[in-house]
Amino acid sequence: MHALVVSGLRKVYEGSGRRVEAVRDLTFTVEAGELVCLVGPSGCGKTTLLKCMGGLLTPTGGEVRLAGEKVSGPPPGMAFVFQEYGRSLFPWMRVGENVELPLKQKGLSKARRRELVSDALESVGLADAAGAYPWQLSGGMQQRVAIARALAYEPQVLLMDEPFAAVDAQTRADLEDLVRGLWRERGITILFVTHDIDEAVYLGQRVIVLSASPTVVQEQLKVDLPDERDQLHTRVAPRFAELRTHVYEQIQSAKRGTPSLTKTDTPPPH
Amino acid sequence: MKGLNLALGAAGLAVFLALGEVVPRLGLVEEAYFPPTSRIADALADELSDGTFWTALGDTLTGWGLGLLIASTAGIVAGVVISVVPYLRDATASTIEFLRPIPSVALIPLAVLLYGTELRSVLLLVVYASFWQVLIQVLYGVQDLDPVAEETARSYGLGTWARIRHVLWPTALPYVMTGVRLAAAVALILAVTAELVIGAPGLGQRIAVAQNSQAVPEMYALVVVTGLLGLLINVGARTVERRALAWHQSVRGEVAV
Ligand SMILES: Nc1ncnc2c1ncn2[C@@H]1O[C@H](COP(=O)(O)OP(=O)(O)OP(=O)(O)O)[C@@H](O)[C@H]1O
Ligand SMILES: [Mg+2]
Repeated sequence: MHALVVSGLRKVYEGSGRRVEAVRDLTFTVEAGELVCLVGPSGCGKTTLLKCMGGLLTPTGGEVRLAGEKVSGPPPGMAFVFQEYGRSLFPWMRVGENVELPLKQKGLSKARRRELVSDALESVGLADAAGAYPWQLSGGMQQRVAIARALAYEPQVLLMDEPFAAVDAQTRADLEDLVRGLWRERGITILFVTHDIDEAVYLGQRVIVLSASPTVVQEQLKVDLPDERDQLHTRVAPRFAELRTHVYEQIQSAKRGTPSLTKTDTPPPH
Repeated sequence: MKGLNLALGAAGLAVFLALGEVVPRLGLVEEAYFPPTSRIADALADELSDGTFWTALGDTLTGWGLGLLIASTAGIVAGVVISVVPYLRDATASTIEFLRPIPSVALIPLAVLLYGTELRSVLLLVVYASFWQVLIQVLYGVQDLDPVAEETARSYGLGTWARIRHVLWPTALPYVMTGVRLAAAVALILAVTAELVIGAPGLGQRIAVAQNSQAVPEMYALVVVTGLLGLLINVGARTVERRALAWHQSVRGEVAV
């Protein structure tokens, strides 16, 4: 059984006299334990798609299934990391409390909560920041707290919406390695939205390219790079360059609105 | 810098008190109606050693405190309910805009009709005046709710009650604090007014009695007491506010972006 199934998903925003068809018809699956990156032109409905998957928005048509169950509200096995990390953390709670709050909601015992919180904070390298307020931390640290909060929740599926769009390049590289490390360590299914082609190819086992609005799946691409990746060598590998060029071309043609001829394949090595 | 300000403030006050002493003594104003500072101070000392003064002070504080408590609780509960229940805000907006500007003192005849000179008369006026201060602030505060924070809470499975408690309430808290601080000042004004006009027991009534018996220095002494009371209430409210909102931007001294 697939971990995630999105079938015929459609979302139309209506209200205040404006009608926007953000997502037209999306169908794809994600396997358990997979790390899939979603790329697409700005405004093509990536956030909309993720919110429908996370049960935060009700789709206009089609459905999302998590482990066979239809998603109709935020499912307990799913965690969401928002692009706006600064606003997603609660400034009135210390870092530790931010991470702990969802666990209280789950009804876990105090001992178990403490264990999960310190374990999650340690995983992201913030073991000694538990007592700080989020606004006392740098942007990159805040995003790591948001990731720790998601990890502590022990989700089967982690949805990440352009989580590193607002941090500097160096921090971003560190956070990318952090996510890949956590993924390999914990075996979580991750769906990672980004507008950065390099990031998508570097991180993903598979890249799903979305078309411009009205959005459909433009192409799916398997990233046949070795599992051991590092910023220095992977990014200069010839295969990396081929893949990123291919995705780049797909996105360009997505912007022009030309449908792709190839679906679900890998570009042949040159 | 702070020391200098403090010194300037003290000097200003000293000059003011000295003028209050000298001007009546020079006969520039009628001494019978504007007694010199020293006589007011004497009267104040007499009041402080009089048991009935403390009873009056207690009555005023009871009316103020009880009224403020009722108004704050009602204002907070009403504000949250109005914001959380769909459509209720729009449905109540015009009614609130109509009721809010009615000056509380216009309700004095009603209070007298209903409760005479009882404490409840004072409470009616105090509660009516302070309720709106709290309610309006709560309504503004709730609007400040960040949709990302709200969605984060929903995505982690927090139900309506948990979201009110952990997200909505802390968001609105700075506004609630402002509302309660404003309400505390208004409540004191209304408590003294009600006692003065209706004759309910308290400092206001004591001022009226002093006036009727031509005890002018006593009257001033009591006015000074009400002023000090207002000052203490404001300082106290600000201290509580700073403690409770240590995390908040306005206290952190940062510019909100
Ligand atoms: N709440 C809303 N009401 C109406 N229209 C909306 C709403 N949210 C998004 N849209 C519209 O839906 C479309 C897709 O928006 P969405 O935020 O999903 O795009 P995106 O791919 O995440 O963009 P970006 O890469 O810039 O984050 C846009 O045209 C946007 O204007
Ligand atoms: Mg987006």
